[in-house]
Amino acid sequence: MNAPGFCRDCLSDAPKGDRCPACGSPRLVRHGELDTLSVAHVDCDAFFAAVEKRDDPSLVDVPLIIGGGKRGVVSTACYIARIKGVRSAMPMFKALALCPEAVVLKPNMEKYRTAGRQVRAMMQQLTPLVEPLSIDEAFLDLSGTQALHGASPARTLARFAQAVEKEVGITVSVGLAANKFLAKIASDLDKPRGFSVLGQEEAAAFLAPRPVTFIWGVGAAFGGKLAKDGFHTIADLQRAAPADLARRYGAEGLRLSRLAFGLDTRAVEPEREAKSVSAETTFERDMGALRPLEQTLYALSEEVSDRLKHAGIAGRAVTLKLKSADFRLRTRSRTLEAPTCLAARINGAARELLAKEVDGTLFRLIGVGVSDLCPIADADPADLVDTSTERLKAAEGAMDELRARFGRGALTRGILLDATTDRRKKK
Amino acid sequence: MKVTVERAELLKSLSHVHRVVERRNTIPILANVLIKAGKNGLELKATDLDLEVVEIVPAETGQAGATTVPAHVLYDIVRKLPEGAQVQLEAGGERGTLTVKASRARFSLQTLPEADFPDLAAGEFSHTFKVKGADFRRLVDKTQFAISTEETRYYLNGIYLHVTEGAGGKSMLRAVATDGHRLAQAELEAPAGAAGLPGVIVPRKTVAEIQKLLEDKEAEATVSLSTTKIRVQVGSIVLTSKLIDGTFPDYGRVIPQGNDKTLIVDKDEFAAAVDRVSTVSSERGRAVKLSLAEGKMTLSVTNPDSGSATEELEVDYTAEPLDIGFNSRYLLDITSQLEGDTAELKLADPGSPTLVRDSTRTDALYVLMPMRV
Repeated sequence: MNAPGFCRDCLSDAPKGDRCPACGSPRLVRHGELDTLSVAHVDCDAFFAAVEKRDDPSLVDVPLIIGGGKRGVVSTACYIARIKGVRSAMPMFKALALCPEAVVLKPNMEKYRTAGRQVRAMMQQLTPLVEPLSIDEAFLDLSGTQALHGASPARTLARFAQAVEKEVGITVSVGLAANKFLAKIASDLDKPRGFSVLGQEEAAAFLAPRPVTFIWGVGAAFGGKLAKDGFHTIADLQRAAPADLARRYGAEGLRLSRLAFGLDTRAVEPEREAKSVSAETTFERDMGALRPLEQTLYALSEEVSDRLKHAGIAGRAVTLKLKSADFRLRTRSRTLEAPTCLAARINGAARELLAKEVDGTLFRLIGVGVSDLCPIADADPADLVDTSTERLKAAEGAMDELRARFGRGALTRGILLDATTDRRKKK
Repeated sequence: MKVTVERAELLKSLSHVHRVVERRNTIPILANVLIKAGKNGLELKATDLDLEVVEIVPAETGQAGATTVPAHVLYDIVRKLPEGAQVQLEAGGERGTLTVKASRARFSLQTLPEADFPDLAAGEFSHTFKVKGADFRRLVDKTQFAISTEETRYYLNGIYLHVTEGAGGKSMLRAVATDGHRLAQAELEAPAGAAGLPGVIVPRKTVAEIQKLLEDKEAEATVSLSTTKIRVQVGSIVLTSKLIDGTFPDYGRVIPQGNDKTLIVDKDEFAAAVDRVSTVSSERGRAVKLSLAEGKMTLSVTNPDSGSATEELEVDYTAEPLDIGFNSRYLLDITSQLEGDTAELKLADPGSPTLVRDSTRTDALYVLMPMRV
């Protein structure tokens, strides 16, 4: 049986054989539904590490870990380090035990954001339907772009992957399928520099032997509940009547019964507007005292405020996030009287929430976020009684101006001067 | 305890006291109403520890005594009893229950001991004055809408009541409330006994209860104050409440004195126009823009999500043209408090507080913070 196929290096037809008849490359992609599928998930390979290796050729052949110091966690490990078993979110000491020769770099978010934006812009040249999931991955819907690009979505994507390698200097993996659920799975199958296709016809059989937690949205808790009810693999879900799953788990059950067969009708939604702006950091050493916690919190509040001001937005709800040494997550929120973008206001609310949580518990992570967003014009309205808002606005405006001119270090709040905390991992 | 009381009397009184009782209570006895039968009649008392209402209703006491029962349940029972029924309350029988009997219906309610019922020790009041119910009600009505609900500024969560020298040099009893966006001030000539009154902040819930007590316009209210408590007595009802322990801001400097642009507008026309154009405004941004030019005001609202609206009004305005934005809801709140036919707005610039009042009265005024438009 001859399925449609092409060479990912020279893009010429390659309906059969192990190597491209034109250029001899073994990087062929062949699939029965290759010419009809149009939803893709594109994921940059070991993104942070790839950007660093691009910028420093001496790093190319050594294991590279991007993350915090001794105490932080791994945010990205390059593929060489992954061979030794290093994984994202792994505590740094464990990663270094597995791979002592690794080079560790602190993340340089500004650099990654620039590269991420570059990749995003290239995606948007393929289709307006780009749904970013994070800085380095997105869903693309290329339906109806065949005439525009003069090629099937599959070939357009292969050409795009080549272009990213050439122009940005990093590699991506592409998953092509009929819907978002399968595309996301597909992009993970052939990493790095991969291109894999998961057709609707093979989906059910492909999914059947996998554990239920393979399904997006089924975590440890829900997975445990499913296992208790006798659903261990996706095949178990395929055998169950949809009505039965619906009765047991409500709407979620119905969703499961469809996903088990690889059916997913969610559309690729471009322009996901930011719902919140947040910053967080993991400490070098666990902390329990208010002073160091509030210092870090202040620095994070300034960061969130900066990003809000730059985006021209403000928010009304302030959320404090704490993770204790035993990995228990605490989030506490407060709704303000009026939306704000001021660091002092964000910090004020978050600090009040923090004070109530300081009870001797040791924390490993602290974060602050602002949600319930609105345009900056509606933020921090003048108050009849409290004239501090106007003063704060003027003061922060002046600080921002000085920093813009002389650099971030030009001006520092007193609260940060005796700060011993360091901030490694940012989000 | 054994007492017989007319349903209508009992219902009216329970409707006063049961409102004080919070729907959710962590302390069980606070969900109860204290009922006490004596030779003066039947006394009902409810409290939330900050506010207490006591009322005595005429009743025929067979045997004096007291107990407490769930307030909302008793209120609901009495409400559903047939009109004109005689209600018999009897306690002291077995298992600490209160029996409620009326015509052929019979209820048995769990009680909690009277001795556990908290008492809001009123202490001494330093000042007492009598005021016409309608007058006192007016002070409260005119300012109540501006009370803040913001918990961090708890000292704005009530009406600031104090005696001050008014514009005419007379001693005035003045009420002020503000939430930072708007401020309302109403006053009346200080009644005898009010001189030297300490400035006090009456909490929002108490304000609402006082409004209910003063529904009868002919009633006379006796108001007693100390630095920590207020007591309002109307007929056989006595309301006692704690005050907010805080300092009300120096509101005097908020009231603009030098605003030189005067706008006179027909109050009802203005309110109707604001209401109409704000139909297209979003839930979040309630701003309405007033564009003032000689003899003319153009109201406009632009909502990128739904559309826009404009309306023109003939007004009395001769100062230089000005564009200024206000929250439409706040404008409507204020115009609905004005008593005369025309409203007077004193404006300075688009960023400064604006003064609003009746063009013919001086005993109430409002200040409104503009919005950016």
